Amino acid sequence: MSTTGRRAGLFCLVLILLLAAQATRIQVFQAKGYDNNPANQRKTIQRYAQPRGDILVGGDPVTGSAATGGRYAYKRTYPDGPLYAAVTGFSSQTYGNTQLEGVEDGILSGTDNRLAGWALWDEISRKQHPGGDVHTTIDKAAQQAAVQGLGNQKGAVAAIEPSTGRILALASTPSYDPGSFAGTSTADQHAWTELQADSDQPMLNRALRQTYPPGSTFKVVTAAAALAGGTVTDINAPTGAPYPYVLPGTTTPLVNDTSACNQPNLDLDTAMTLSCNNVLGYLGVQTGLDKMVAMAQDFGFNDPKLDIPVRAARSNFDTRMDQSQLALSSIGQFDTAATPLVMAMVAAGVADNGTVMYPQLVDKLTKSDGSTVQLMRPKVYQQAMSPSVAGQVQQLMTDVVQNGTGTSAQLPGAVVGGKTGTAQHGVDNSGTPYAWFISWAKPAGSAAVPPVAVAVVIADSDATDVTGGRLAAPIARSVMQAVLAGKSQ
Amino acid sequence: MATPAAVAARGEPAYRPRTGRNIELALLLCAVAIAVFGYVEVGINIDDRVPPDAAEYGAALGGLALVAHGVIRWRARYADPLLLPIAVLLNGIGLVVIYRLDRATPGSHAAPTQLLWSALGVGLCVAVIVLLRDHRVLRRYAYSGALVALVLLVAPIFFPAVYGSRIWITVGPFSIQPGEFAKILLVIFFAAYLAAHRDALALTGRRIWRFTLPPGRVLGPVLLVWAAFIGVLVLETDLGMSLLYFGIFVVMLYVATARTSWIVIGLVLAAAGVVLVGWLSPHVHARVDQWLHPLASVEAGQGANQIAQSLFAFAWGGVLGTGLGLGHSILIGFAAKSDFILATIGEELGLVGMVALLLLYLLLVSRGYRAGIALRDPFGRLLAIGLATIVGLQVFVVAGGVLDLIPLTGATLPFIAQGGSSVVTNWIIVALLVRLSDLARRPLPEGEA
Repeated sequence: MSTTGRRAGLFCLVLILLLAAQATRIQVFQAKGYDNNPANQRKTIQRYAQPRGDILVGGDPVTGSAATGGRYAYKRTYPDGPLYAAVTGFSSQTYGNTQLEGVEDGILSGTDNRLAGWALWDEISRKQHPGGDVHTTIDKAAQQAAVQGLGNQKGAVAAIEPSTGRILALASTPSYDPGSFAGTSTADQHAWTELQADSDQPMLNRALRQTYPPGSTFKVVTAAAALAGGTVTDINAPTGAPYPYVLPGTTTPLVNDTSACNQPNLDLDTAMTLSCNNVLGYLGVQTGLDKMVAMAQDFGFNDPKLDIPVRAARSNFDTRMDQSQLALSSIGQFDTAATPLVMAMVAAGVADNGTVMYPQLVDKLTKSDGSTVQLMRPKVYQQAMSPSVAGQVQQLMTDVVQNGTGTSAQLPGAVVGGKTGTAQHGVDNSGTPYAWFISWAKPAGSAAVPPVAVAVVIADSDATDVTGGRLAAPIARSVMQAVLAGKSQ
Repeated sequence: MATPAAVAARGEPAYRPRTGRNIELALLLCAVAIAVFGYVEVGINIDDRVPPDAAEYGAALGGLALVAHGVIRWRARYADPLLLPIAVLLNGIGLVVIYRLDRATPGSHAAPTQLLWSALGVGLCVAVIVLLRDHRVLRRYAYSGALVALVLLVAPIFFPAVYGSRIWITVGPFSIQPGEFAKILLVIFFAAYLAAHRDALALTGRRIWRFTLPPGRVLGPVLLVWAAFIGVLVLETDLGMSLLYFGIFVVMLYVATARTSWIVIGLVLAAAGVVLVGWLSPHVHARVDQWLHPLASVEAGQGANQIAQSLFAFAWGGVLGTGLGLGHSILIGFAAKSDFILATIGEELGLVGMVALLLLYLLLVSRGYRAGIALRDPFGRLLAIGLATIVGLQVFVVAGGVLDLIPLTGATLPFIAQGGSSVVTNWIIVALLVRLSDLARRPLPEGEA
C-alpha cells in the first residue's frame, strides 16, 4: 500500500501543479488581454479613482473634478463648459475622451510614464501618480470675444499668434457642455443622446474638424503665389488680366460681385481691395498649378497629419486640375476647402513675414506639483515666401481693410490687414453662402510682427445679405481687439 | 562537553526523540503574525488606519492557536509539527480576505462570524484530540457513520434551494451544509470497508482481457454506495461535492487494492455520471459551456459572467498582486467570499500569493500522506490518505473551477472560504491528521525496534 499511497500522493501533487500552471497562464501570459477586455471595469475604475489633472487657460483651470461617491470615484467637471468645449473636448466615464482630454489623457489621468519618479519602483508598487496639468496657449479674452461674437450663429473662429504659432482662440458654435455627460447616470446618457441627435451638430469642432470652401479669402494665397512666382512684380502695376475672363477651355466667364471690377488690366492691389474674381482667377492660372499647390501646401493645405496636438481635418487644394478648375480654385471655389485653423495660418504666415509657424494649442505639460514635464517650443511649419513678398501681401491686406470690402474690421490705433470671403456652396449655389474673414492686427506704428491673426467663418447665417465683410469681420475685429488690449496692458 | 555516559549517569535519557513541538510553536507565532499583518494591511490600504479591532483579532487567533498547541503538547506530543501552523495560517488568511471583502460590501460582517466558526472548529479539533486516543476506535462506528452521512446528505432535499443547489439546512438565522461533515464520515467508512475487504477486492474476481473484475459481492456494496451518493448529489445539484466524493472513493480504492482496473472502472463510471448529469441538468450544461467559453457573454454584449470576472481579477493581480484591499474582486458578485474567494487572493496577492497558497495546501496534503504511509495499520493508513485527499481534491475542484481549468462546480476552498460548516469540517480533518501523525511518528517502545 505504500507504493500506491505514494502514487496517489503524486497524483495530488500533479493536480496542484496544474493549478499553479493555470494561474501562471492567466496572471502572466494572458493578463494583458483580460485587462484590456472592454467588459473589465478595472481600468475605468483606476482611471477615475483620483481627480483628473486640469486643462489650464492663462494659468487658471477650465476643468475640475468632483467626487461621485460611486464606483468611479471622480468625474470631470467643466465650470465654463461651452466656452472651452472646442479646446478641451470631453472626458466622459461612459463615452471616453476626445481632443485635448483624449490626446493628453496620459498626463491628465496620471498614467504617463513621464510623471513617474522611479519608473521601475513605481511599476512594482503600482503607484498611481496624481494627474498632471495641460497648460494651453488660449488667451482668455480672445476666446471670450470669439464665442460672444459668434453668438447663436453657426460658425467658428481660430486665432493664432503669428510669431510662435500659439493658438489664442479656438471657438465653434453652437457649442455644448462637456460636463453634461461626464458621469454614468441616466441624465448623462440622456444629455449625450440629445447632443448626438441635434441636427446643428453642437459637438462638431468647426474650427478644427470641419472644412469649408474658403472663397475669396483664398485670394491671399493666390496673390502670394503670384508675387513669389514672379507673375506679378508690382502690386500697383497692370496685371494684364482680361475682362471678361472666360474660364480656359469653356465659354463661361468668371463673374464679379462688384461692377467696379468689370474692366480689363486691373492692378493686383485694386483687384484684392475689390475682390475681383477675374483678376485672381487669371493670375492663378498664369502662376501655374505647381506654384499654386506649393504655396497652398506651405500654409497647411493637403496636410493629413496637422496635429496641434489634436489632429485637424485635412484642408484641400487639388494637385491635379485643368486650367478652368485652377482658375476657380484660385478664388477659393471648386474643390478647395479649408478649416478655419488653416485659414488662420494663412493670415499668420503673411503677418509673420512669410514664415508659417506650426500651430500649437499646448504651452507645456506639468506634474501636479507644477514642475514641468514638457515645454513646447515654437516650430517653423514652412517658409512660405520671402519677407519682401510677405510685405507686399501685407500691403494688399491692409488696403482691403482701409478702402475695400473689409472696412468693418478697422480698429482705432491699430494696423489691420484682412480679406473677406463669401463662398458659394450647395447645388447650383443654392445654400446660404459661407461668410469668411481672415485678418491680422498690430498696434499702429509698431514694426514688430502682428501679435494676432484670425480666421472667422459663419455658416448658414439667417442674415439676408451674407458677406464676409458684414458678418465675419466684426467678430475678427473683436478678437483682435481683445488680444491687442491684453498686449498693451 | 558531557560524554553520553556522563549524561546517562546524571539520570537523563541518552536519546530523546524530537517531538517538534518547539518548531510548531515558532511556526504558529509566525502564522499568527502573518495573519495580523494582513489584517492591518487591509485597514491601512482601505481606510488609511490600523483596524481598531486588530489587537483583539490577533489575540483571538493567537489564543486559539495556543490552546490547540497546548493540547497537542499534552495529548499528541509526537504529532507532525507542520499541521497546526498550516491550518492556523490558512484560517488566518481566510479571515483577512473575508474581512477585506466585508469592507467592500457595506453592512456585511462575515469576518466576525467566520472567527466564531473558526473558534468552534478549533474547539472540536481539541475535543477530537483529547477524546480520541486511538483512531482505530472509529472503525467500530464506520457503518453507523455511513448511515448518518446518508441522512445528512438527504436532509437538505427538504429545505429550499439556495442559488440552485439544495445543500443547506436552514434553521432560523443559522444554515449549515451537512454535506461537508458527511465527507469525514464517508472517508472513515471507506477506510474501514476497504481495510476489511482489500484482499477480496485486490485478489479475487473474473479476468476480462487485461483487467480483473472484482466479484459481485464485493463490488456490489461499492457500487451501491456510489449510486446512492451520486444520486443524492444530483438531486441537490451539488456538483463539486459529487466530484469530490467520487474522486476520494477512487483514490482510496486504488491505494487499498493497487489495481489499475479500479481506476478504469472509476473513470468509466465518472464519465457515465457526467454524461448523465449533463444530459439531465441544464444547470450543468451551462457550466460546461461557460468553462469552454468564459468570455462568450462578453462577446454577446451581456457583460462579464462570474467566470469572466474571476479571470479578470486574476489577470489584474499579475505576478505581484495589487496589495490587500486594493483590488476589485467584489465585481464578481455574490459568491466573492465563498466559491470565488481565491480570485481575491489572486488579484490582491498576485501569482506569488497564489503559489504560496498552493504550496501550503501541498504541504498539508503531503504531511497527511506521510503520516498515512508511515502508519502500519491499513485502516489508519487509508484514513490518513483519504483525509489528505479530501483537502487536495477539494482545492483542485474549487481552484480549477475559478481558474477556468475545469467546469465550475461550486465548493469551498478549505479553511479560507466563508462558511461555518466548511471551516469546522477542516479543523476536524486536521485533528484526525494530528492524531494519526502522532501515532505514525511515535518512537517504537523498547524492544520493538
